[in-house]
Amino acid sequence: MLLTSFGRYLLMLRDMFSKPENWKMYWRQFMLQCSDIGIGSLGIVIIISLFIGGVSTVQTAYQLVSPIIPKSTIAQVVRDSMILEFSPTITCIVLAGVVGSKIASELGNMRVSEQIDALEIMGINTKGYLILPKIMAALLTIPMLVVLSGFLGIWAGEIAGRVSGIISERDFLQGLVQGFRPYIVFFALVKSYTFAFIISSISSYFGYYVKGGALEIGRASTKAVVISCIFILLADYALAALLLT
Amino acid sequence: MIELIGVSKGFGGKAVLQDISAVMEAGKTNLIIGTSGSGKTVLMKCMVGLFDIDEGQILYNKSDFFSMTEKERKVIRQEIGMLFQGTALFDSMTVEQNVMFPLQMFSNMSYRDRMKRVNFCLERVNLKDTNKKYPAEISGGMKKRVGIARSIVLNPKYLFCDEPNSGLDPQTSMVIDKLIRELTVEYNITTVINTHDMNSVMEIGDNILYLYQGHKQWEGSSRDIIYSKDEKLNSFIFASEFLQEAKRMRQLDMEKKQTL
Repeated sequence: MLLTSFGRYLLMLRDMFSKPENWKMYWRQFMLQCSDIGIGSLGIVIIISLFIGGVSTVQTAYQLVSPIIPKSTIAQVVRDSMILEFSPTITCIVLAGVVGSKIASELGNMRVSEQIDALEIMGINTKGYLILPKIMAALLTIPMLVVLSGFLGIWAGEIAGRVSGIISERDFLQGLVQGFRPYIVFFALVKSYTFAFIISSISSYFGYYVKGGALEIGRASTKAVVISCIFILLADYALAALLLT
Repeated sequence: MIELIGVSKGFGGKAVLQDISAVMEAGKTNLIIGTSGSGKTVLMKCMVGLFDIDEGQILYNKSDFFSMTEKERKVIRQEIGMLFQGTALFDSMTVEQNVMFPLQMFSNMSYRDRMKRVNFCLERVNLKDTNKKYPAEISGGMKKRVGIARSIVLNPKYLFCDEPNSGLDPQTSMVIDKLIRELTVEYNITTVINTHDMNSVMEIGDNILYLYQGHKQWEGSSRDIIYSKDEKLNSFIFASEFLQEAKRMRQLDMEKKQTL
């Protein structure tokens, strides 16, 4: 059963690639998806990034009780945890819920109401027209959201530290540049591309192959989110083990 | 013209269609009738290539659909228009965008020409002032008409209609039937209709294929039905006393015409 599903998932990915019937229409679909996935998720990404950044500063300061540890260490911890883990992983887990459920329910609804069959009969490669633009759009916009999330989280951390009197702006900025390794940014981007692919392809798979009615669309949507989250966490560990050790 | 030669199809070891052979002629309305679960929709989905068949051949103008390359199939598919039972209109698009979609995808027409064609098709199905409305904002009968307009916008050679009258009142059903019939004759389309509607059977059935438990039980025209001695067909078509009475009346009427 699991192997059959995996095989069908791979076939779906393979079948997406064929010469588009009309490049303009595919481009339009891609831009629409960029707007849906990127701009549509902007609000939630901004909110969670600001709060995660702020909370990170406060909690890190709470744990660093030794007077011999300089205050700038707080900024270093906030920077590294935002770039390495919070921005790519937490943001993508939230996006698995927001974007993943939207993709699965949209495709599921199209399947159940025979819209996919209608496209198929017109002679359109439905996997290419419906799924490929979603995956490409996710690969373009999700890393952008992750980068934005990193900046916002660190900025919110600085504000939270200053407002609560934990750390001065000068110490925070000093901590930010101390021992900075650009490699972690590369690592965060690798993670965000991987997670973007996981979210968009798994959700598309569950939506595209829905059978039944409205109830099944809901189930497929939930399944898409749960399975995407599990694979994000698995990939998170695998990438950390592979690229950081 | 579409020819079915010994078409069989099953799911999970259970035969749904068994050895179906028939000819669907151009310029005629070819009806597939039968009780629920008799295999009508499966047969139609096989004909348009949504399901693969297990045995037999489906020929589009003498070319076997299932032996074609993917590219050749795409060409045939662009000659097919289909009206779905639930209309399958794209709910995120307006009526105008729905009808224009196949043109945008497959033609190089300018926007002005596309609009002209869209308006012509919408007028042809008697729809006015609905261009900017979404499918959710129009009635069931109107949705069917938009579905028909979308099906004919690329001048198809083949038109498939799955239960075109389901969920419609008798008057609207007649309007839809009449429209399908007119388009079939006007553009010499090979039209295949799945239906339960006995009024459609009697009014527009040029060629009728009756399926019973997955095999072809009877074939003929709406005129032949009146004189058919096939018990299964008669108990399906003339299920109520009212319809049996109507059949007797129609028989008398036809006999009178013959003697005159």
